[in-house]
Amino acid sequence: MKLVTAIIKPHKLDDVKTALESFGIQGMTVSEASGYGRQRGHTEVYRGAEYTVDLVPKVRLEVLVDDADATDVVEILVKSAQTGRIGDGKVWTVPVDDVARVRTGERGLDAL
Amino acid sequence: MDTGDTAWVLASAALVLLMTPGLALFYGGMVRSKSVLNMMMMSFGALALISVLWVLWGYSMAFGKDVGGGLLGDPAQFFGLKDLIGIFHEGDNLGQPTHLVGTVPALAFVAFQAVFAIITVALISGAIADRAKFSTWMVFAGIWATIVYFPVAHWVFAFDGFTAGPESAGGWIANQLKAIDFAGGTAVHINAGAAGLALALVLGKRVGFGRDPMRPHNLTLVMIGAGLLWFGWFGFNAGSAVGANGTAAVAWVNTMAATGAASLGWLALEKFRDGHATSLGAASGVVAGLVAITPSCSSVNPIGAIVIGLLAGSLCALAVGLKFRFGFDDSLDVVGVHLVGGVLGTVAVGFLATADAPAGVDGLFYGGGVDQLWRQVVGALSVLVFSFVVTYVLGTILQRTIGFRLDEEDEVNGIDSFEHAETAYDLVALGGSGFRPGAAPVPTGAPSSREVPA
Repeated sequence: MKLVTAIIKPHKLDDVKTALESFGIQGMTVSEASGYGRQRGHTEVYRGAEYTVDLVPKVRLEVLVDDADATDVVEILVKSAQTGRIGDGKVWTVPVDDVARVRTGERGLDAL
Repeated sequence: MDTGDTAWVLASAALVLLMTPGLALFYGGMVRSKSVLNMMMMSFGALALISVLWVLWGYSMAFGKDVGGGLLGDPAQFFGLKDLIGIFHEGDNLGQPTHLVGTVPALAFVAFQAVFAIITVALISGAIADRAKFSTWMVFAGIWATIVYFPVAHWVFAFDGFTAGPESAGGWIANQLKAIDFAGGTAVHINAGAAGLALALVLGKRVGFGRDPMRPHNLTLVMIGAGLLWFGWFGFNAGSAVGANGTAAVAWVNTMAATGAASLGWLALEKFRDGHATSLGAASGVVAGLVAITPSCSSVNPIGAIVIGLLAGSLCALAVGLKFRFGFDDSLDVVGVHLVGGVLGTVAVGFLATADAPAGVDGLFYGGGVDQLWRQVVGALSVLVFSFVVTYVLGTILQRTIGFRLDEEDEVNGIDSFEHAETAYDLVALGGSGFRPGAAPVPTGAPSSREVPA
């Protein structure tokens, strides 16, 4: 199994969700995040004093998938979150040893 | 006694009282979320303390009979407001107050002037955001009111024969110098601004000043606060006529015109210089305009008021940058807005006053020469220097004895949890644990090194 994590622009969340759902992904975890990459942050001006705000708001989305689906899911994420402008985010994949469903105690692929 | 005048003065007093909670919001929104409660508490603390001191000896020091040179009122004459509270129980004046100030009961005037003392003290706190021990702030507030505000209020607001009996002498700025300060450009704004500068220098810069972003954490609070200040200020300025009359109406309209112009001035400057008209700029412009029209609202015409407003909005917008150039951490721009705006408004009287207005004096631009101008300059400078010097000495003494500045660790962790054992916002429902009804406060997660009572 794989954990696919995506950092995306907040306004793309709906598109990403729809795309993943139509692929058949049944669950995900979404959290608000902040950070910066190569685009850095933005500037704000208060009473004439300019502040660089390094951390910009992002959405962090996590999906557990079968190994066979991982490449497709990454592709779907990239396609649906893309605007082509700087700051679109990143997607990465890591291997997962085991998963348990809390309600039933099912393990592995059954728990997805 | 005039009932219309009395009603207006009492209503104005209540309007001005609301300015201090308004100021708490205005200042509170501008600090970071870890210190908003302390910021608001400095205003509320001043509100509580000065309410009491004013009754005890404040009014008497400001409006008692002069003890010499127009410098101070007699603290004993009206101590505890004794003798001022009576009403006639028989005769032609049945039910009337025994003591009047002008056409209103003495106690209505006491109430109106009390709220001026309160907000002047509260204004200073903006210069020392995030880093002052609350207990020392309260000690400072009481001493500062007693040795700076009460005397200066006497200089500026105590007219001969007005409050302490027909033969009594009043303060030197009002009666000898004859500078025009209708509602407190000198006594309130220059006074608080100079004191704020002195305290900012005594306490030093916040950790990370000029390096870390110290963004306002809640601009909607700032806007609400500015709105309340604006509203209350009509009591401040129009109420200073101490009557429901033509002077009050002129002051009201001038206050409105100058404030609108100042907000426009600030926004225009920002748009031109920075590219955006900001909400903080709009709110700051409002306050700058209110400050500048305070001394001048009885002596200029509405066009003059608009000129003063435009100047105040744009000059104060430039002045708030001075702290970065000179390296003093006047955190919320008490100097840039109140000191600069107060000086501007006070000195502007010397140029823009017109005999058509209620004060009946011509300034330089209306053929009055420099006679009124030099009086205005001397009045402004006197209060500025007196307030700065006394505050600097007082602040230094407090810093060296009981300590004024918070420890660096507590400041960085947040003054709210250290000084008040509270957090302004509970945005995460996790985290709360160990509630014990009736038990001593548990500083759960509070980064405080204080002993916790068992």
